[in-house]
Amino acid sequence: MKMTGSQILLECLKREGVEVVFGYPGGQILPTFDALYGYKGFKFILTRHEQGAAHAADGYARVTGKVGVCLSTSGPGATNLVTGIANAFMDSIPMVAITGQVPTSLIGNDAFQEADITGITRPITKHNYLVKDIKDLARIVREAFYIASSGRPGPVLIDLPKDVQVAQTDFDWPQEPKLRSYNPRYTGHPGQIKRAAKLIMESKKPIFYVGGGVITSGASDELLELAERIGAPVTWTLMGIGGFPSLHKQSLGMLGMHGTAYANHSIMDADLIIALGARFDDRVTGRLDMFAPNAKVVHIDIDPSSISKNVKVHIPIVGDARQVIVELSGEIKRKPAIGDWLQHVEDLKKKYPMCYKDKDKILPQYVIQQIDEVTSGEAIICTEVGQNQMWAAQWYNYTKPRTFVSSGGLGTMGFGFPAAIGAKLGQPDKTVFNVAGDGSIQMNIQELATCVENKINVKVAILNNGYLGMVRQWQELFYKRRYSYTPITSPDFVKLAESYGALGIRVTKKDEVKPALQRAIETDNTVFIDFLIEEEENVFPMVPAGEAINNILGGLA
Amino acid sequence: MRHTISVLVENKFGVLARIAGLFSARGYNIASLAVSETLDPEVSYMTIVVEAKDEKVLEQINKQLNKLIDVITVTDFTKKEHIDRELVLAKVNYSSRDKAKLEAVFGKFVGKIIHHKADTAIIEAVGDQDQIKALLEELDKFGIKELVRTGKLAISN
Repeated sequence: MKMTGSQILLECLKREGVEVVFGYPGGQILPTFDALYGYKGFKFILTRHEQGAAHAADGYARVTGKVGVCLSTSGPGATNLVTGIANAFMDSIPMVAITGQVPTSLIGNDAFQEADITGITRPITKHNYLVKDIKDLARIVREAFYIASSGRPGPVLIDLPKDVQVAQTDFDWPQEPKLRSYNPRYTGHPGQIKRAAKLIMESKKPIFYVGGGVITSGASDELLELAERIGAPVTWTLMGIGGFPSLHKQSLGMLGMHGTAYANHSIMDADLIIALGARFDDRVTGRLDMFAPNAKVVHIDIDPSSISKNVKVHIPIVGDARQVIVELSGEIKRKPAIGDWLQHVEDLKKKYPMCYKDKDKILPQYVIQQIDEVTSGEAIICTEVGQNQMWAAQWYNYTKPRTFVSSGGLGTMGFGFPAAIGAKLGQPDKTVFNVAGDGSIQMNIQELATCVENKINVKVAILNNGYLGMVRQWQELFYKRRYSYTPITSPDFVKLAESYGALGIRVTKKDEVKPALQRAIETDNTVFIDFLIEEEENVFPMVPAGEAINNILGGLA
Repeated sequence: MRHTISVLVENKFGVLARIAGLFSARGYNIASLAVSETLDPEVSYMTIVVEAKDEKVLEQINKQLNKLIDVITVTDFTKKEHIDRELVLAKVNYSSRDKAKLEAVFGKFVGKIIHHKADTAIIEAVGDQDQIKALLEELDKFGIKELVRTGKLAISN
């Protein structure tokens, strides 16, 4: 039976197991939206901006581990996806973005709503395709899903000209893709694993440094087992949050610029770093030439280009974090003798506890702690970017992977709210919070309509301090309190929520925090809670950019 | 240091832009680039010459090249035995007075005259980098009006 390009696309998406597509129509994607009319193969969510669609697909992918899918028209629709694609690329999130394109005969003619989106997205996609012949379409969609979800995951874009959408051909579901030039390696090198095991058993001050790769590969259980066998303390990156239970006795919390002081001091004092699916980002290492000076490094990563990029690695192991952990576990024959080291780490924990000084006004840390309490640490927490993100990372006790959804690499304000929409659709039984600032929430606030229209029950906790808080904090600390364009006004968030048909709650006193959160959770609707918090509260601890990570401001350090 | 890198790629549109992008995004200039089909028309072979100020950056570029979906293999010839050649075409001043002198050049250097008019001759030469350099210095004495080069081709031996 002959099918159109648009019908083939939808059929392929369905066969790939797609449950939901986020998108926005437009001229050059009209044939595909015509095919979507009344289509029942998967759910389609109309966002209010293409950026929202990309972030929603991203959020969906983060909580499910499946490929997130977004769809837009050509030109401005496609360029509006760009931030969302770059965001997914930086955090290795599997995503397929499909864009309409002007007909092949017009490509390169500066046609209306034409943009060279494969050219634009080349450095921010794992791969991309311009479909010029309908006969290639099914194969390309299969390859796109395969590439997006295998190896180190990432976004793949498919640019689909209008004439290819309407052309017809016989549909054949292609075989599983095999690409001679793309063969991700999952198992670690046995010799390297033996060497790593030996180093671990001989180490005196080992530490686990856990990144997003542990979440991606589903290695949490295996990591817990390995960590308990070795007994070493465990610290993690922002992307690694949830990979290891934060209340475990070996847990040190997050490290880096806003990490715990004891995690930073511990890694600086370590003699062996076991890096799992992490990439030694500058927000983690601080000043590179002073980072962990006495430590040897075992680096396990699926992406060879992450290894020895920033720090010198003694034992590189290319492979999937989960598989390599299992293989490594088999080689650990005895516990290293690390009693003194564990005592030292315990002392550091006592000496530099996470803390904040209570004030009359509501403190953001307290709000996050209350969210933790009312959700028993079981919610999915999405964040925007800035202070809200760091407080959400520091003060909620994450116990499971895929429960913290945050823009790590790109640092995209406006990510959290649409990502929460995707997260709620991916995990409908979970309570989903978006921790926001009054600045960030205004970057994609239009998605309130998407929430209400589709009854996507998301709770938005706005930590409203009247500032673009993180930038203000830097201005306070490093620019002599010259608050250049960081005081920010906001609409009345309660009225705004109400005007969209959501519930708005304003909280001005500490004792109202918990009841408001409880009311929000009990409400079967999207809820905006406007927490009027202490205006100039800072995120501490803090390592100034470019300093060694044991040079810590704030807290008791 | 100059590096000669060969890249075997799927012969698809956009692949050259992907590869060039990895260099340009890091502020690296490609000194020369030669691309053509191989015995298998679905595969192309590229020889890229690049000046690397920082070896670490080049190592990263090599790894990033390997990550591209359309790249089959990457070889850095810098530390490997290989043969390289370049073809140049040079238009030089030519008068009957200089004829013998010019022809004498090719006794000592690579190259030959493949075309001449009253006042110009076109020289074709194939050689390694040293041979080409020596020839061009010699031809300079006659006056080179125009010069085109293929860029280096390299093959392992």
